[in-house]
Amino acid sequence: MTKALRDAWADTLIELAADNPDLLVLDGDLGTSTRAERFARAHPDRFLQMGIAEQGMVGTAVGLASMGFVPWLSSFVVFFTHRAVDQVRMSVAQTHANVKIGAAYAGLQTGFTGKTHLDVQDLAIMRAMPGMTVLAPGDATECAAMVRWATATPGPVFLRLGREGGPDLFDASYRFEPGRVIRLRDGADVLLVGTGQQTARCLEAATLLAADGLGAGVVHVPSIKPVDAGAIAAAARDVRLVVTAEEHSVLGGLGSLVAEIVTAHVPRRVERIGIEDTWGESAPGTWLLDRHGLTPERIAERVRRALDAEG
Amino acid sequence: MEARPPGDHADLEALARRGRLLVIESVARAGAGHIGGPLSAMDLLIALFFRVLRIRPDEPGWPERDRFVLSKGHSAIGLYAAMALRGYFPVEELATFDAAGSRLQGHPDMTRLPGLDASTGSLGQGLSVGLGMAMGARRRGLDNHTWVLLGDGEMQEGQVWEAIPVAAKYGLGNLTAIVDRNGMQQYGWPLRLDERHRGDRRDPFGDTAVREAFEAFGWRVLEIDGHEFGAIIAACEDARAAGTGVVPTVILAETVKGRGLSFTEGAFEWHSRVATADEVEAARAELGEEPA
Ligand SMILES: Cc1ncc(C[n+]2csc(CCOP(=O)(O)OP(=O)(O)O)c2C)c(N)n1
Repeated sequence: MTKALRDAWADTLIELAADNPDLLVLDGDLGTSTRAERFARAHPDRFLQMGIAEQGMVGTAVGLASMGFVPWLSSFVVFFTHRAVDQVRMSVAQTHANVKIGAAYAGLQTGFTGKTHLDVQDLAIMRAMPGMTVLAPGDATECAAMVRWATATPGPVFLRLGREGGPDLFDASYRFEPGRVIRLRDGADVLLVGTGQQTARCLEAATLLAADGLGAGVVHVPSIKPVDAGAIAAAARDVRLVVTAEEHSVLGGLGSLVAEIVTAHVPRRVERIGIEDTWGESAPGTWLLDRHGLTPERIAERVRRALDAEG
Repeated sequence: MEARPPGDHADLEALARRGRLLVIESVARAGAGHIGGPLSAMDLLIALFFRVLRIRPDEPGWPERDRFVLSKGHSAIGLYAAMALRGYFPVEELATFDAAGSRLQGHPDMTRLPGLDASTGSLGQGLSVGLGMAMGARRRGLDNHTWVLLGDGEMQEGQVWEAIPVAAKYGLGNLTAIVDRNGMQQYGWPLRLDERHRGDRRDPFGDTAVREAFEAFGWRVLEIDGHEFGAIIAACEDARAAGTGVVPTVILAETVKGRGLSFTEGAFEWHSRVATADEVEAARAELGEEPA
């Protein structure tokens, strides 16, 4: 079990700030949840408490970035993609400001927060913004690499951070490259495409399918934007069916991204697993994963059914 | 109800103790939720639901009812406890708090639970909604009152400051905001060395002259002890009496976060902590219930 992405995020920032005097963390009064609290303890002079005022926080970060600082923002994902979306759109994305959005409590495992806080549209919204880099790390190692890359690279970055830990996907040799699509497993029948921590569940589903004699390849898309469309199209060409899985709405996220690419290049059916045009609710994270078909067992079931239908 | 001497609020005090214990127990059972905010607001909620609000728990959709918006939606479990005690639903249903499919969601969801006038959870939105209710009531010729309970940390949200001048501009005397001023929020700000405060961390903007700010925008301000039932009820009666007028009222209620339990009072970590089994026992002992 890797450490939670939010912990990896905070610990990497603490390390980077030691050598980078321009790195700042701005918090919308959620530091205890996002783990910005750790950064505040390590670098109190580099931590700015902005209060429960996300729109102003985003604007302030734009001003700081224009003065040469590298502001990382700490709040729940929903308050960036919904509450402060106009500030993210006009002040950050349209000006290509060097603002880094630490979007915590992303996906379905948010500790019972429910409908108001569960953000099942963040990828759809952020992906539609020209010039925005949209990243969804699959484990703590990848998360740390993304934080390093984003801090060193000018331009706006949206980093999707889950609350809980999950299985490790990568070792210390991992290097992040924006756009890269990572093949984790080969298989001739079906291609499972995951993003964020959902990829680990796709790998487990592939193991279940192998037991039934079905070859499932797994591809991880940590960089939703930019993305290597050619790599996704090529992987789709090798199989009978493509199945995407994401802790996100099936409208506009990874599933839509993959369907857009595949329909432009290869005639393959794309099944999208995710939240079917509904809102989140308060419930255990594991219950929500099951309810929305995202557990390894549910994915495997869906693949078997879809392959049967393919004939 | 038996007659009590004026100024005796023993029944409300007992209800508030019960409500606080229900909050601790429900959050412990769910394994998630908020404690500090619900406890700081419990006396306000009990006073509202048992003495102030013109409501019919057995007819939650009664059109002429007062409207109540818990703008600090993370304190939902406090509201649910008060509503259950008042008879909106069985107290036993609190055991479903946060469970999949429950009407008692982590933040109030009006599409699930009758009796909720608004859905909240993303801070800062409730006063605007209450403003619309008060405006609508005027246009419908209703003589009800609209009440919005806000957190003091929540006052940092810009939207609150969009609603304040508009309510005054439209002369909504039938709108009352109540601010739960516990001086703390979720993470907040460290205390200065040797700073004395009712919490171990503080609202970074707690020194803002909120009274003067409201007055500058044309509101009438009442300042009370938010744990004094007599004061809460008197202020709310005063606010309702101003309902036909053109000046909205804000009640600034001085409170203590986590109020009512020795180990939660003023401790920021209890904003959203879950009590251990031992802490639940300690809460039962302090709040006067026999061990289960
Ligand atoms: C828009 C928005 N930003 C952040 C949060 C996360 N959050 C929940 S409670 C809280 C602190 C609220 O403080 P306050 O309003 O003072 O309430 P209280 O102290 O009474 O709990 C925060 C920041 C939220 N729910 N909504």
